[in-house]
Amino acid sequence: MKLLLAFSRKGKTDPGREPVIARVVKETGVLINVEKANIDSMAGEVLIDVPDKDADQVRRRLEELGVFVRVMENAVARDEEECVDCGACISVCPQEVFSFDEEWRLRVSSERCVLCGKCIQACPHGALSQQG
Amino acid sequence: MEKSLDLINTRIRDGNARVVTADEMPGIVDELGEEGALAEVDVVTTGTFGAMCSTGAFFNFGHADPPIRMERVWLNDVEAYAGIAAVDAYLGATQEADTKNPLYGGAHVLEELVAGGTVELRATSRGTDCYPRRSITTELLLEDMNQAIMVNPRNAFQCYNAASNATDRTLNTYMGTLLPRCGNVSYSGAGTLSPLANDPNFRVIGSGVPIFLAGGEGMIVGEGTQHSAGGGFGNLMVAGDMKQMRQEFLRAAVMNGYGVTMYVGVGIPIPVLDTGIVRSTAVRDEDILTDVIDYGTPRRDRPSLAKVSYADLKSGSVEIGGETVRTSSLSSYRKARAVAQELKGWIEAGKMELALPTRRIDPTKRVRPMRETAVTPRVRDIMNRQVISITEDEEIRVAAKRLLKDETNHLPVLDGNGTLVGIITTYDVSKAVVNDGRLKQVKDIMTRNVIKTTSDEPVDIAAQILERNNISALPVVDATNRVVGILSAIDLGKLFGGRRRR
Repeated sequence: MKLLLAFSRKGKTDPGREPVIARVVKETGVLINVEKANIDSMAGEVLIDVPDKDADQVRRRLEELGVFVRVMENAVARDEEECVDCGACISVCPQEVFSFDEEWRLRVSSERCVLCGKCIQACPHGALSQQG
Repeated sequence: MEKSLDLINTRIRDGNARVVTADEMPGIVDELGEEGALAEVDVVTTGTFGAMCSTGAFFNFGHADPPIRMERVWLNDVEAYAGIAAVDAYLGATQEADTKNPLYGGAHVLEELVAGGTVELRATSRGTDCYPRRSITTELLLEDMNQAIMVNPRNAFQCYNAASNATDRTLNTYMGTLLPRCGNVSYSGAGTLSPLANDPNFRVIGSGVPIFLAGGEGMIVGEGTQHSAGGGFGNLMVAGDMKQMRQEFLRAAVMNGYGVTMYVGVGIPIPVLDTGIVRSTAVRDEDILTDVIDYGTPRRDRPSLAKVSYADLKSGSVEIGGETVRTSSLSSYRKARAVAQELKGWIEAGKMELALPTRRIDPTKRVRPMRETAVTPRVRDIMNRQVISITEDEEIRVAAKRLLKDETNHLPVLDGNGTLVGIITTYDVSKAVVNDGRLKQVKDIMTRNVIKTTSDEPVDIAAQILERNNISALPVVDATNRVVGILSAIDLGKLFGGRRRR
């Protein structure tokens, strides 16, 4: 399951100044895969992937440490009215989120998405959007 | 055995014509043989659904009171061509509104009309004795127009190139997003279902033939503009009544970084008259070959990176230079099937009879490039041939002296064979001095990934490279990477001073 972590880096005690992910890994023993990180001087955003069964535990602990956690269930959303099943999104996606089924209908495995946004720009029909 | 069109049309009228879609045909021929397939199948329907920029429609709006002779016309702020009598206009799909954000264009207006939406017509005129009115604004539905006739100058390409990109940056093209270093391949076309792939010799596809156009009944006008069937790039000019069309088969689209285009569904029914037609409609994806073209080359004639079949493209990946590259289609195969299926339904229900061409389309014709009367300046015309260079083992001090003596800011760095291996600038040298002087040799500070050009490159393109990379000079190399000149931003001034070589 993917969790999007947001934290402040303004104050000296803000979670963004602390090795919170490493601490959670050490305490819980859950292997966290960092898929995307965007950290600047005032705030940061990190996308992590954790096993489904451990997601609740990781989430709770991160929240205790002051991190804002959002569960990314449908990271990329497809508007079925707009989509024409062309497949322009398939090869631009680094995560192989998109594929065709046997009927040449577009299949979206959004659990793989790392929110890079390439597909959203590549879609000629404006059918893809990012959650939230 | 041969079958006449009359026989086929009689069977259509009687409701017992055997109609199949083009993707079924290879299997039928495998099973029954060519003669068997000819006896069995009366009509093969084809279909394609993809981006067709060359799409648009003629409108007649009817006369207002007092009447106006429209000189400029806008539909939802998208300008239409109005140089055709008083209340007529042609709206092209790729024409963009300059007021709307996000991108909005003729394609969106066409889709809106077909979907039953209201469109604002705005027109201006200088006013004449017979047409006194000077401006008009009104809201129209498709049904309010006297005529709305879609006429697409160039649709349904026989077989289009696939696209990739060998450069180091992402390209946004009419073939979609092309990732750097051949990161993906994009293609467009329905392969085995593609109309012209099923009749590449234009035996039964020609002027006057009835077709499926965007959900309505249309017809083939004749060869399309830029028709080049001799090179495998045949295409058709088609027309149809927009009032019959459906949004499902006519969709506006925006190619990121390129602009507005229109997805159009086109299907052509092919009468199975003889074994020649059986053979051409039994075409498989494996038989339809196309080149993967490097869209990173900013020229008309772009190099081919690989030859692939539609079966390869549809498999999801192809091989380029020993590497597996993922593919994306821009056209929708699912929709292409829907077009061929619906057309099949029409013919089975006796709604459409077939016709032979009233005029044949030339299957050997080839398109010619533009005749350019003004010479496009090339890098060789303005580059500096006296190249001051340095070798990689020299000391930085030597480089500094040379830069000063020759009043230049760029030194191409050569290896022992005179091949370009790097470049250093006055900036690199200054930086080396400031940073405590630990670095001694040219090779320690040179930029190894040199951005360069060739003497044959148009100056326009070289200037874009300078601008894009925020640099002020490009070494000019030959095919073996030897430096034959240097083009600096200062040389661009020669274009205006009349000092370039002729």
